[in-house]
Amino acid sequence: MHQITLLHFLFVSSTLFCLGLFCVVARKNAIMVLMGIELILNSANINFVAFSRFGGFGYNGQIAALFVIILAAAESAIALAIVLNIYKMFNNVNVDEIDNMRE
Amino acid sequence: MDMYAVMFYFFAVVTIASAFAVVSTKNIIYSAFNLMLTFFGVAGIYVLLGADFIAIVQLIVYVGGILILLIFGVMLTNKITDSEIKTGWTQVLPAMLVVAAFAGTLLGMVLKSNWRVLPQLQQPVTGLADIGVLLVNEYALIFELLGALLLIALIGAASIARK
Repeated sequence: MHQITLLHFLFVSSTLFCLGLFCVVARKNAIMVLMGIELILNSANINFVAFSRFGGFGYNGQIAALFVIILAAAESAIALAIVLNIYKMFNNVNVDEIDNMRE
Repeated sequence: MDMYAVMFYFFAVVTIASAFAVVSTKNIIYSAFNLMLTFFGVAGIYVLLGADFIAIVQLIVYVGGILILLIFGVMLTNKITDSEIKTGWTQVLPAMLVVAAFAGTLLGMVLKSNWRVLPQLQQPVTGLADIGVLLVNEYALIFELLGALLLIALIGAASIARK
């Protein structure tokens, strides 16, 4: 049971973070950017839970992860409302074509 | 190789492979469904870390809520009639360079750091009662504030989307 160490979990979460970062930076569609943000939040959550288990912080890390999940839900609701408005105004959601602040 | 290690590698491979598919596939709907697999893999990793409650919340909130929202977003912001919901990339090469540099830094930090790991790990136990007690005692203020925040976010999202 002890051959899986903290480093294994950290490796998974860093890989997830880098994939999410790439998704945020390089994809065109605004909804893909949101998916990248969800990947990044998940990787941060894995870190919280892993540190709370391997560092002996009890349940505090798990509660931090719980709060992150709640914030992610609020964030994605607001962000999707904004994306819907952008679609209404510009008729697409490609982040590289939306470059003026007012119509 | 014991069962724990086998399960860890299984969930790690599922998570990373499906996250890679999310990033690399062209069709947004495929990305959304691969994201579901990623969330399942992350939930499995939570279970392996002894965080059963977080795993269940992950499944309910992410797969049941956020992913459905994202799929709604895809459906509402694409012309379904062209039947091809595709999207491209922008500035792939600079992004790859930056992300590779970032990944190198991150891995270097993870490997170089002197992590203080407890010598003996406590066995993973389901601490649902403990989590509940912590939520209404130590974290009561944050808990209430997050409730208010969710309400504000809901009202804000509805009013922004209705405009």
